[in-house]
Amino acid sequence: MAPRAQPIIGAGGVAAGGCVVAVVLASFVGLGLKAEVGRGIGPAEWAAIRFTVVQAVLSALLSVAFAIPLARALARRRFPGRGVLITLLGAPFILPVIVAVLGLLAVFGRTGWLNTGLGALGLPELSIYGLHGVVLAHVFFNLPLATRLLLQGWQSIPAERFRLAAQLNLPPRMVFRTLEWPLLKQVAPGAAALIFVICLTSFAVALTLGGGPRATTIELAIYQAFRFDFDLARASLLSLIQLGLAGGAALLALWVIPNFPLSAGLDRALTRWDARGGGQAWADAAIITFGSAFLLLPLFAILLAGLQGLPLMPPVVWQTAGNSLWVAILSIAVLLLIALPMAGWISTRQRGSAEAIGLIGLSASPLMIGTGWFILINPIADPVPLALPVTALINALMALPFALRILVPPMRDVLGAYDRLARSLGLRGWAAWRWLVLPRLRAQVGFAAGLTGALSVGDLGVIALFADPDRATLPLQMYRLMGAYRTEAAAGAALVLLAMALGLFWLCDKGGRWRVEA
Amino acid sequence: MLRLEGVEIAQGDFALAADFDVTPGRRTAVIGPSGAGKSTLLGALGGFVPLRAGRVLWNARDITHDAPGARPMAMLFQDNNLFPHLSIAQNAGLGVRPDLKLSAEDSARVAQALARVGLEGLEGRKPGELSGGQQSRAALARVLVQDRPVVLLDEPFAALGPALRREMLDLVRSLVEETGATLLMVTHDPQDVRRMAEDVIFVEGGRAAAPQPAQALLEDPPPALRAYLGV
Amino acid sequence: MRRTFLALPLLLATQAGAETPVLTVYAGDYFTSEWGPGPKIEEGFEATCKCDLQFSTGDLLPRLLLEGERTKADVVIGLTSDVTARARETGLFAPHGQDNSTLTLPIEWTDDTFLPFNYGHTAFIYNETTMDAPPASFDALLEMDDDVKLVIQDPRTSISGLALVLWVEAVYGEKAGAVWEALAPKILTVTKDWSASYGMFTDGEVDMVLSYTTSPAYHMFAEEDFTKKAAIFPEGHYFMVETVAKVAGTDQPELADAFMAYVLSADFQRMIPMANWSLPSALPEDQWPEGWAELPLPEKVLFYSEDEAEARKAQAIETWRRALSQ
Repeated sequence: MAPRAQPIIGAGGVAAGGCVVAVVLASFVGLGLKAEVGRGIGPAEWAAIRFTVVQAVLSALLSVAFAIPLARALARRRFPGRGVLITLLGAPFILPVIVAVLGLLAVFGRTGWLNTGLGALGLPELSIYGLHGVVLAHVFFNLPLATRLLLQGWQSIPAERFRLAAQLNLPPRMVFRTLEWPLLKQVAPGAAALIFVICLTSFAVALTLGGGPRATTIELAIYQAFRFDFDLARASLLSLIQLGLAGGAALLALWVIPNFPLSAGLDRALTRWDARGGGQAWADAAIITFGSAFLLLPLFAILLAGLQGLPLMPPVVWQTAGNSLWVAILSIAVLLLIALPMAGWISTRQRGSAEAIGLIGLSASPLMIGTGWFILINPIADPVPLALPVTALINALMALPFALRILVPPMRDVLGAYDRLARSLGLRGWAAWRWLVLPRLRAQVGFAAGLTGALSVGDLGVIALFADPDRATLPLQMYRLMGAYRTEAAAGAALVLLAMALGLFWLCDKGGRWRVEA
Repeated sequence: MLRLEGVEIAQGDFALAADFDVTPGRRTAVIGPSGAGKSTLLGALGGFVPLRAGRVLWNARDITHDAPGARPMAMLFQDNNLFPHLSIAQNAGLGVRPDLKLSAEDSARVAQALARVGLEGLEGRKPGELSGGQQSRAALARVLVQDRPVVLLDEPFAALGPALRREMLDLVRSLVEETGATLLMVTHDPQDVRRMAEDVIFVEGGRAAAPQPAQALLEDPPPALRAYLGV
Repeated sequence: MRRTFLALPLLLATQAGAETPVLTVYAGDYFTSEWGPGPKIEEGFEATCKCDLQFSTGDLLPRLLLEGERTKADVVIGLTSDVTARARETGLFAPHGQDNSTLTLPIEWTDDTFLPFNYGHTAFIYNETTMDAPPASFDALLEMDDDVKLVIQDPRTSISGLALVLWVEAVYGEKAGAVWEALAPKILTVTKDWSASYGMFTDGEVDMVLSYTTSPAYHMFAEEDFTKKAAIFPEGHYFMVETVAKVAGTDQPELADAFMAYVLSADFQRMIPMANWSLPSALPEDQWPEGWAELPLPEKVLFYSEDEAEARKAQAIETWRRALSQ
């Protein structure tokens, strides 16, 4: 029997995946060098592990559950401002934690808009603090991601299928069963796994909205072990537990994803013939309105506070914004160098479980990776000038799982449709990337790059551990302002940060889709 | 000469055996009932379907393990013969150099091939902007510049109307006559066979028979072929 | 200073510094922002020393522990009393060589390694326009209506949060568990750091926030806002201090000594209140900037020595966690 044919792309993917594993493993080696035997894991840590898993499962399930109707409504409605709305809906995902929390509290807090409204109507106050608050905040952060991933999937259903459904006059239920459900089966588990992992590493949000130490997460325990007890052994152990939970979830989700390609239709603008009924239109309008209100009102609160703070902002904020931009661009470059070959490699494999590698950077706690590398670099070079590049690398690793989730399914489709043609033409390696994969995946590459850039701008990252005064990033600067009582100026900086992250995201995303339908 | 030496293909329950030579420069139709393995046979020749046993030889050289693009073959599939995001000139250009680093001479060849198939002036269009017939012509232009000694057609024109399909087959016929290429084409229409083919490979019952002269075979078909043709 | 690295920017920095000696000072992250004390210290010290003072900021203790003997620091400024024990264990520090008797702290300071440069106390801050009956004592705080909401910091992640549990420990001792249970319904939530808590307070989400006795000073002197007050309790307030220390392996010992002396100079001490919003460690009250002496400060100051705090810390945090986890 002939050996299995060489895939047209995929060379370099194993190497890229290996690099990711090596970066994370090396950081643990670094930690191991410094770790002394500490007090190990006690009941407090076990409670933290239990709480972390419970809130992460709930958050992941609810985020995806709410994202399904929202993505569906957005996929089948065209209205003015839809593109802007979709971009804006992505904003919560890239907000720095502290900004998002204050935005959420302005709406849902004790003295927030919701409770003020309820009070005016003579209704009792709703408290946001507790497990439900943690889940609410996590849905706020991750609903946009889930929606975008699902929407991306929805838009990958070829128009021809909807035409067929319209021709057969399939009722909405059947459209869902024949077209949308198979898609959900493919996209939803991966999205849920991703959100589960993000919520595993939640820390400040969970604590603040959870209302106290009941809501202690693993990441908090890691921070405590590292920052307060300097017990590197316990911190590493907890980090490994977190990694194990995330990896387990990822493997499970990626394993159950059925492996069927959505066949490619010729590029045409998407027109939908289904869901023209009045009732469905109203339902969609209601879902979009409600979802937008939930996601945009806290942003609006941030905007209001930020506008008042802008004039009070010291000029140094702009300099740090420049640093952040530079880190973001570097992160995007690093990400594409890792994610594209990895996605190419994963999509040529039968099962997607290799995608789990992408999650280790996110789930191994950036603080631990940063610290491990600090220990490794310190004997050979001064880590401080490397703070920005290391931050960029770690930001790229954090964005990697999102990028893979965005890139792998459509890459599978492209290979499913054009692999034979490419091979018959001898199109492989760089030429296959240049002439087949990249042009077909421009929209997704743009999306992944935009997300990475935006996440990178918004992330405080490991830079807080060792930064020279003039190497501060914008989020760090914002924290400095808050720490110096300059709350209003910090709100201004938060607005700049939000605008920059969104702008960067919009540019990349738009660039990817520019004239893509031509 | 293309030689299939003790070839066996197996995919799950499906199995197909073939052991014959294809005469160079001839136009050979591959016919047989649905599911008999016509496309699979072509896929095996093109390098997309692994062999369980046997060898494929081209001019006495073993090409069994060659990558599809390294074989002396140009192939058109039932669908997805063009990249929708590339212009038809680029699509055809891929047949010259897969990295599209075309010299002036190469570009001239592409333009010439597109003109030859009647697409002059449409070089910059994307496939989605062309009619079905024009898309087929673009794919043929690429086959032309690929300049391979064997052309494999796996019913690329099945979606076209009868008149248009005949037009395409005539175009194919004149192209291979010009280049002297060996043509193997899957079809299920005896009309096409009469019109085009000099030889016929009949695929049925897990076996691909050796090529036989088309006219003689159609005039006096063996029982299995008779049943297939319904005469 | 041990600069034996290959990194090009550093080589350049070393060459540039060949003429002027460089004093590398590690500082907390907030320190060097333009509104922090850093720039003024740099200016003030460089005027006297014919040297180049360079700050390097970050998370102080973890960084020192990670760098160990290889640290580039000549001086470390900003180590709080809760981490001095751990910092001392590293053996990286040399005696400060200054006279502790010049200090004007409300407690006696005998440490010969860590030299205080400013201090404050934990306190609950409220807005007098929205809270007409602030608690007059810690006991009164416990007896307040549960509708009055507080926000505090987590003792596992924040220095002020840790000071709070030690405060409760110092005032109530054995009864700390019951105190936390009485406080639990009033504690709206717990935040990771001081900034998030204080932001919730200024946004009006809570009535009181755990902060410092000197917090109202910022509002008074920087914003002319006189509505923010610290609730002063007769039971006493927990003392918080920030220190500066000299690295034993410094290759600029004279400069480092000069810096330690500079910290106690009137120049430095007069600058501290307005730059760091805290009280100077070695400046008689009559020399404080205008208005500062009127700031309400506690009569009684509570403080655990380094060893005592280390011994009580874990149990105090666990008591807090248990009571608030119910």
